[in-house]
Amino acid sequence: MLDCTPKEHKERNSGGAINPAKTCQPLGAMYAALGIHGCLPHSHGSQGCCSFHRMHLSRHFREPAMASTSSFTEGASVFGGGANLKTAIKNVFAIYNPEVMAVHTTCLTETIGDDIPNIIKSTEVPEGKIVIHANTPSYVGSHITGFSNMTKGMVSYLAEATLPVKREQVNIIPGFVNPGDMREIKRIVKVMGIKSIMFPDTSGVLDAPMTGKFTMFPQGGATVAQIKDSGNSKLTLALGRFASSDAAELLVQKCQVPATTLKTPIGIKATDALLVALRRAFAQEVPYELEEERGQLVDIMTDTHFHFHGKQVGIFGDPDIVTGLTELVLSLGMKPVHILTGTPGGAKGSVTGSFEEEIQAMLASAGVTANVKSGSDLFTFHQWLKNEPVDLIIGNTYGKYIARAEDIPLVRVGFPVLDRSVHSYLPIVGYRGAMRLIESISNALLDRADRDATDADFELVM
Amino acid sequence: MSEATAAISEREQFIATKGRRKNTIKCDADSIAGCVSQRACVYCGARVVLNPVTDAIHLVHGPVGCANYTWDIRGSLSSGSELYRNSFTTDLREKDIIFGGEKKLARIIDELVTKYQAKLVFVYSTCIVGVIGDDLTAVCKAAASRHGIEVIPVESSGFIGNKSAGYRAACEALLKLIDPVDRREAASRTINYLGEFNLAGEAWIIKDYLQQMGVQVNTVFTGDSTSATIKGAAKAALNIVQCAGSMYYLAGKLQELYGIPYQQVSFLGLEDTAQSLRNIAEAMGGGELRAKAEVLIRQETDRVAPIIKGYREKLAGKKAAVYVGGGFKAISLIKQFREIGIEVVMVGTQTGRPEEYDTINELVSDGTVILDDANPAELERFMTGQGAHLLVGGVKERPLAYKLGLAFIDHNHNRKHPLSGFDGAVNFAQEVYSTVCSPVWQYTARQGGV
Repeated sequence: MLDCTPKEHKERNSGGAINPAKTCQPLGAMYAALGIHGCLPHSHGSQGCCSFHRMHLSRHFREPAMASTSSFTEGASVFGGGANLKTAIKNVFAIYNPEVMAVHTTCLTETIGDDIPNIIKSTEVPEGKIVIHANTPSYVGSHITGFSNMTKGMVSYLAEATLPVKREQVNIIPGFVNPGDMREIKRIVKVMGIKSIMFPDTSGVLDAPMTGKFTMFPQGGATVAQIKDSGNSKLTLALGRFASSDAAELLVQKCQVPATTLKTPIGIKATDALLVALRRAFAQEVPYELEEERGQLVDIMTDTHFHFHGKQVGIFGDPDIVTGLTELVLSLGMKPVHILTGTPGGAKGSVTGSFEEEIQAMLASAGVTANVKSGSDLFTFHQWLKNEPVDLIIGNTYGKYIARAEDIPLVRVGFPVLDRSVHSYLPIVGYRGAMRLIESISNALLDRADRDATDADFELVM
Repeated sequence: MSEATAAISEREQFIATKGRRKNTIKCDADSIAGCVSQRACVYCGARVVLNPVTDAIHLVHGPVGCANYTWDIRGSLSSGSELYRNSFTTDLREKDIIFGGEKKLARIIDELVTKYQAKLVFVYSTCIVGVIGDDLTAVCKAAASRHGIEVIPVESSGFIGNKSAGYRAACEALLKLIDPVDRREAASRTINYLGEFNLAGEAWIIKDYLQQMGVQVNTVFTGDSTSATIKGAAKAALNIVQCAGSMYYLAGKLQELYGIPYQQVSFLGLEDTAQSLRNIAEAMGGGELRAKAEVLIRQETDRVAPIIKGYREKLAGKKAAVYVGGGFKAISLIKQFREIGIEVVMVGTQTGRPEEYDTINELVSDGTVILDDANPAELERFMTGQGAHLLVGGVKERPLAYKLGLAFIDHNHNRKHPLSGFDGAVNFAQEVYSTVCSPVWQYTARQGGV
């Protein structure tokens, strides 16, 4: 795009997207399914879909992303894909022998109307093995919706309330975040002394260590037993409304597990909220270890706040992440002026308002005004920046074209990050994640200041 | 894992070992449902071929994903327009699926053409368009006459075949764009360069060689091409074809329609580069051209051979596995590895043709495993079984190789340096050396680490 975007802003009513800020449901479903231990995601559609999703995940995580496909042909799309799915189920267990096969649909199979639950029911699945599914039409929502739907599928197929009294344990639905974030959230809950079940959990799957052997099903992931037992938990914390609240809601209905939806714990406020929710529900004191981390974070924030104050920032990406980042930059005294997500609408069944309303409320309480839009694209984001330049962009790799065209530093956060490494191992959540984000943001701003400084203004100590 | 893999007897026809039995490998067939295939779809094939046309609007008619996964993924460089590096999609929503997407498509073409003043729009059909029955041809035709530009439908619904069908759909689209020409107007010393996508600027290297020989490149299909250069394609005296899988069909059609002869070339490795330059010189009349080609070959070979020899000494005895898209590339790689002292012990392709597998079988040593449309488990089984030190593959194979403690070279969209021609041969040797001989492997379990 580089310099293909005109500055003049015209209302666009065509309904198309230029440089989208989202991708399709099946990718999110595949990522979620990889968060079940011993699970092979299965893409019911043409083989290109499966290949694209695996490629995209592999590029972001720099790990193998395993998934099988129904390999549709013209015949299957005319006569229905039932035969393909039945053959696929047979072959998947014969060849790859996973514990679970997690089927998601594609635009093609949704439109021809394949009845997945019935096809699964009428197919012989080997003893002790499980096939679950989620409907993920690509023409509804985004990859975040797909993640949410597959997570919901885990609850509807697996979760069971088997005990009269709920266990002293918490379910954590982490949302579409990196394995490093999932590890960090589990660590925080463990330090709190609370037993937890996280699903989906891609830690140990998409950040598995190098062993010299390729394992189709690495050690990580939520086990089927754990997901089943989530029906016996005392509480579900859904982190991120868009990616996690639907599954939590279903657990309320199906297994009477109370649910609380929180923001993805990015920044001090959202992390505090997570700890408060845990402390209240489990009557646990916050241990010194976490208090110390929080104290360090506050120390860092005070040490560095003058670098950030009043700096203008544009943020784009997935709604739950963007919401968290907006709160974080506000807490530093920065001024978010452009905030955009590609995912349309509000979370289904959510009692709170839409993305735009939530962001606007946060801005209003900070006394800041900004462009805020959901269901939009990077063409729009770029036009905003041309008309009202910023000091910093926070977003995924696709922001690099805009960053270059406008000569603005970019801090890479979110999905996908295709041109930098290590990001998926290190958290952006919790107090430590906030420290890392602050480091990235201040490095980007100060590197730029150093680059742009005249000899006279170039300083050793900053 | 490997025992389980063997259980699927259907796959066995797609795998052969040289020297053990008759080597007619099954290929060019549909993948089996339930396999973790490394293959892509028709749309992907069409898009990767056409995407390097730099001044075109590449509009993907479908839900957002298809456009997103192919957004600027090829690494094709442009000397002019950057329009092709944007991602345009009709972003079909539920109501478009129910009521049809034709009106929306027309509206979006209008919007984009006005915004970007483009002369050419490719409109790609995806799976769902084939099912909801939008008449792409009619919408494109109407838009073309409305704007007085080329709006070309690409019939690339994902389920109508595999990637090869997409290559064909791309060729059909290109044919629609080429202006018919009177053969008497053909310029005698100009050629078209087919199946070259200018990854890391590779087309520019070869263009420069040809220029030194006195041959002009009329247009490349499709690296760094424009609607104008492609329109004038019929004026060339000769077509040279590099990526045969994607471009044989177009070469054949250009011969049939405009009488342009074609020949296959490869600029991977010193041997194939020299041979291809000689063949081009001969095909264009020999004589002075041939003499210039020989000067160039000698100069360049003298310059790079000592560098490559240095790498060969360091790499002697190493073994490579190759898993790439087309058969012709696999053939070139086998030869190129030989130039740097490495033997290929496993070779596979996604879409190789029977005659290419015959050539591969002649080239490799006894015991080499040859396989078509392999899945990751098979790749693992044969790479480790054959003791490979290095895998050459694409995006999805990279992390697999690394997990096994194998070095890796991307010979696909993610290549970082040009691998064509004499300088490309040096880059290739350098890349192989820097990955195979990296100190990081010392720490992996396979090499005796913890």
